[in-house]
Amino acid sequence: MTTETISPAAESSSAAVEPVKPNKKRKQDRTAGDYAFHTWNYAIFVVLALLCVYPFYYLIINSVSANDVSALGEVRLVPVGFHLANFEQVFQLNGLTSAAAVSVARTVLGTAATVFASAFLGFMFSQRQMWGRQFWYRFLVVTMYFSAGLIPMFIIMKNLGLTNNFWVYVLPFVVQPFFIVLVKTYVEGMPRELQEAAEVDGAGIARIFLTIYLPNMTPILATIAIFAAVSQWNSFQDTLIYITDQSLYTLQYLLYMFINQANSLAQAAANAGGNLGALADAASTQTPTSIRMTVSVLVVLPIIFIYPLFQRFFVKGIMLGAVKG
Amino acid sequence: MTTSSVVQETVATTVDHQGSGPGSTEPGKTATPAKGDKPARRRKTNFGMFLWVSPFLVLAFLFSYFPLYGWIYSLYDYKPALGLSGSEFVGFQWFRLLVSSPAQVEQIGKVLTNTFAISFLGIATSVLPLIFAVFLNEVRVKWFRNMVQTLTTLPNFISWVLVYMIAFSLFSSTGLVNDVLMDAGLITTPMKFLDSDQHVWLTMTAWSIWKGLGWGAIIYLAAIAGVDPSLYESAKMDGAGRFQTMWYVTIPQLMPTYLVLLLLSVANLLNNGMEQYFVFQNAFNKEHIQVLDLYVYNIGLTGNSMSMATAIGMLKSLISVVLLFTVNAIAKRVRGQSLV
Repeated sequence: MTTETISPAAESSSAAVEPVKPNKKRKQDRTAGDYAFHTWNYAIFVVLALLCVYPFYYLIINSVSANDVSALGEVRLVPVGFHLANFEQVFQLNGLTSAAAVSVARTVLGTAATVFASAFLGFMFSQRQMWGRQFWYRFLVVTMYFSAGLIPMFIIMKNLGLTNNFWVYVLPFVVQPFFIVLVKTYVEGMPRELQEAAEVDGAGIARIFLTIYLPNMTPILATIAIFAAVSQWNSFQDTLIYITDQSLYTLQYLLYMFINQANSLAQAAANAGGNLGALADAASTQTPTSIRMTVSVLVVLPIIFIYPLFQRFFVKGIMLGAVKG
Repeated sequence: MTTSSVVQETVATTVDHQGSGPGSTEPGKTATPAKGDKPARRRKTNFGMFLWVSPFLVLAFLFSYFPLYGWIYSLYDYKPALGLSGSEFVGFQWFRLLVSSPAQVEQIGKVLTNTFAISFLGIATSVLPLIFAVFLNEVRVKWFRNMVQTLTTLPNFISWVLVYMIAFSLFSSTGLVNDVLMDAGLITTPMKFLDSDQHVWLTMTAWSIWKGLGWGAIIYLAAIAGVDPSLYESAKMDGAGRFQTMWYVTIPQLMPTYLVLLLLSVANLLNNGMEQYFVFQNAFNKEHIQVLDLYVYNIGLTGNSMSMATAIGMLKSLISVVLLFTVNAIAKRVRGQSLV
């Protein structure tokens, strides 16, 4: 394991990526070549940024436009016939409310469990007097470097009774070695005097963890929490592999089905319209397009809302990339 | 889950090395031994603490070690309905089939071609985030730089399902791109971007770049921030122009980071993951999109050749571990510092 100490001080100072300015020229030094370079450079970055952000914008404007217009694909730059009825109506779709609940539940529980376990294990493995510390620490860390593969994993999950079980969304992600390594190095960068003082006062290990270390680990735990939450929210493969029970579908999985099942979706759309009876006119009648767009926006909105939080953790986040899982 | 985290994990190390200053060559082995386990300071070992930790060790065992036991399914003709005891023991039949049955060899050959092609395209384009960072660093207006970074990183945080939804709404036969092209009179029939077996490797690489470019650049931006400013000063004194400074100062400073990432992507040659290819998979592009991870899923869980899939997955895992160690040994020799 190569891990450098991440001290609390470094943690707070590495919050933002600050590119250095290679050569500070004053305005009068700028040549025509400079202008040409900068014009192109800015233009290219504007294009790249638009390529990244327009698809999201496209989904959003379509979800709030009149459904008969969006179905024709004519909403391209601004919303047409703005309305928010879609966001109420999609919840009438079969399974959507339950999928949203499952997604929220797994994100909340999964994140809480991961964060707590990482904090606790990271702390415990920094305690030198633990019996077999080195061995058990390696026992955990080594698991980052191999995997049994899809099918053995499936069979074992099945034998453990975790297929078609909500806990398959949480339990496998509780112990994540990389997060533990991260917390451990963080804890090792903290002064030991506090703990020694508490020990003199007769505090037990659990108490020392809860009252002294846990409150002082928040920067690293916030980082872990955000990346664990994004990974939970975005997770799709586990539903695909372990779940056949519709009541355990997640939003991501439902969205996947909605993209691929145009026919059943039209049927669902008709049903949703039927529920609303007289309310439904052309602009608010659900179409496959409006359903897909609206569900996509539901899936992406939480990400966009907590996105400003990410920024501070970008650099740390690369290290936590295990999210991709 | 585990194999992809290898990459990520070691990327981490790189960032930190860069953070601690350019040319820092000290081996970052502070993990366990550095902080004194000196006999003088050793206290009585505490078994109670182990008990606190043990439930988590059980979880790690269940989800990481115990599944390895599942490899024995590759020695059986496993039928889920019969269970392992009811299934026939066939020894190395599946492994032999892999190299002896012409149909199987052809199939595996195709899958491996896809796997390597997509991996190599990924490696070939891995220099793009570096270029992105070097040029973004030339932008002097701070809010613009931050804005570009924010917006280009966003796609990294969405799921592949959502990427597919975006692809679908933009590039399906009734999608935005076809609509615009038809309105402009450039085409008369919709172009098939998704339901096509043309350029599958390239489009998959393009989507990976779309999702990962901004994110991948952050590591290099962090590294650039750690470059010793005096290097730029002296380059300027020597009269180096913008591009000369980029080429002779910035890029060499980023090379260690780049090489580590490159080596890791070599170690992950066989691990493309399946999510991206699964969501983009359809009847038209299946021949070219089926990478090893997806193939294992397709034959194992939808095709019900569980034992064959286990055998392939097992070989894949073993080869990946060997690759990782090889690459690590190379890195150790070249840089005097190990990757993992």
